[in-house]
Amino acid sequence: MKPFDFVRAETVEEALAAGANGGRYIAGGTNLVDLMKLQVETPDKLVYISRLALDGVEQIDGGGVRIGALVPNSDLAAHPLIRTHYPMLSRALLAGASAQLRNKASVGGNLLQRTRCYYFYETAAACNKREPGSGCDAIGGFNRIHAVLGASASCIATHPSDMAVALRALDAIVVTALPEGGERRIALGDLYRLPGDTPEIETNLKPGELIVAIELPAPPPGRQLYRKVRDRASYAFALVSVAAAIAVENGVITSARLAFGGLAPMPWRSAEAEAALVGQPAGTDAFEAAAGALLKDARGYGHNDFKIVLARRTLIASLRDLTA
Amino acid sequence: MRITVNGQVREVEADPRTTLLDLLREYIGLTGAKKGCDHGQCGACTVLVDGRRINSCLSLAVMHEGDEVVTIEGLGTPDHLSPLQAAFLHHDGFQCGYCTPGQICSATAMLDEVAKGWASHVSDDLDRIELDDMEIRERMSGNICRCSAYPTIVAAIREVADAERLAEAAE
Ligand SMILES: Cc1cc2nc3c(=O)[nH]c(=O)nc-3n(C[C@H](O)[C@H](O)[C@H](O)COP(=O)(O)OP(=O)(O)OC[C@H]3O[C@@H](n4cnc5c(N)ncnc54)[C@H](O)[C@@H]3O)c2cc1C
Ligand code: SF4
Ligand code: FES
Ligand code: FES
Repeated sequence: MKPFDFVRAETVEEALAAGANGGRYIAGGTNLVDLMKLQVETPDKLVYISRLALDGVEQIDGGGVRIGALVPNSDLAAHPLIRTHYPMLSRALLAGASAQLRNKASVGGNLLQRTRCYYFYETAAACNKREPGSGCDAIGGFNRIHAVLGASASCIATHPSDMAVALRALDAIVVTALPEGGERRIALGDLYRLPGDTPEIETNLKPGELIVAIELPAPPPGRQLYRKVRDRASYAFALVSVAAAIAVENGVITSARLAFGGLAPMPWRSAEAEAALVGQPAGTDAFEAAAGALLKDARGYGHNDFKIVLARRTLIASLRDLTA
Repeated sequence: MRITVNGQVREVEADPRTTLLDLLREYIGLTGAKKGCDHGQCGACTVLVDGRRINSCLSLAVMHEGDEVVTIEGLGTPDHLSPLQAAFLHHDGFQCGYCTPGQICSATAMLDEVAKGWASHVSDDLDRIELDDMEIRERMSGNICRCSAYPTIVAAIREVADAERLAEAAE
């Protein structure tokens, strides 16, 4: 690990002041410390934010919920408001990592965790995300876990979070505080950037911008599910995952929300796939059409070709379960 | 920095790069918590911080100023084993023993999580938990055993969980 200065922030103002001066926030540390040990990340200054009073979960106007950025993943999964009204979020959290990790992992850190691409972790490999301009060893290399949607010629890494997939389906808003003062509200889909030719820039956050909360609007109508397919039954990242909320009336789908993990550089939402469902009778034709719409631009890179088939089957199975 | 370990307040000076695991092992001399992978993947380093299980290898010691840490040495002593320590002995819940301190710390906190009503990935109902063997396996999946002593680990945990349930029912 490279040496660094360590600042313990007691208030949001202190954190922002330290963050403005080139400090890197650290919450649970379960991703950042890991990457610092490998010298994939080499911050000069860490700003420890876990003592900030951003750990509440409360109801807000309009039937939604506001979740502090420092709520641990395990507490969020267990919170009565979440398990009752947003069960897909509890399920996504419980499908991620291990109990020990979830006890430390924060909401903000989970959103900003970095890819698990093997070459990103291996400093001897070429990786445009870690070292811009060095190339991408995953393209033409071992790319079984990589993206089939939204990738670019510079980077085909996926975003590894389960939680973020459920949040995308739930239309979450990310609330941030800026060092120069003021707050921003960013739709989760606008938090992340596609790699294009700058895969090292992963989000639209500004330097020193601190995530303070997530807001969920009122839950979507219908039943919810989070389904994760992985190499082991537990304690493994998603190859493909689906977060879905589907409402059916008299056999016809009246509302559909679909988000996907394991497929793309960010939690993926497909308006076309949702549109293919709404107004249609709940059944195989509509499910096939939704899968077709989701995957029409999908492209495999060799080892990950199976994900295109797996995504189709996982989506159809999820829709069948939700409308049964 | 100041940190409480197994009930004893300690003043320790360490480089900010020191992990909580290295602080416990190298600075405080408590070698019960083990280093397996050093990357949050095996659970050998599991300790309790303010009653919650965490991977001490992925936490910097400076993040734990003022915290209360309990390691395997603090759960019981050879003369006064904790119920889980005794059950692991009774069921042979280990072969080489390297993962055992992490397993026992993890299981200790796991039973508290169940008592709090926390569901797991395999719970059918997010609001009601039946701690069957599938549940124990899922909840302990963050602790890998290279010797694959899993059946006896589950049996040891099962015994303590059942005993706690009986004791509760008797009250
Ligand atoms: C073995 C292993 C298995 C795992 N499996 C899974 C899995 O299956 N599914 C899954 O989803 N995840 C998994 N994870 C990842 C885990 O969920 C993340 O490590 C965790 O959520 C990160 O949260 P943290 O608070 O520890 O973040 P930290 O490590 O503290 O921070 C991560 C990043 O977020 C930034 N940051 C943190 N908080 C804020 C804030 N409030 N504002 C601005 N920036 C902030 C930090 O600067 C850093 O860049 C796994 C991790 C490990 C080690
Ligand atoms: S896929 Fe992205 S993260 Fe992986 S090696 Fe290529 S550039 Fe790096
Ligand atoms: S040593 Fe910490 S999880 Fe392996
Ligand atoms: S007993 Fe040897 S690693 Fe578990």
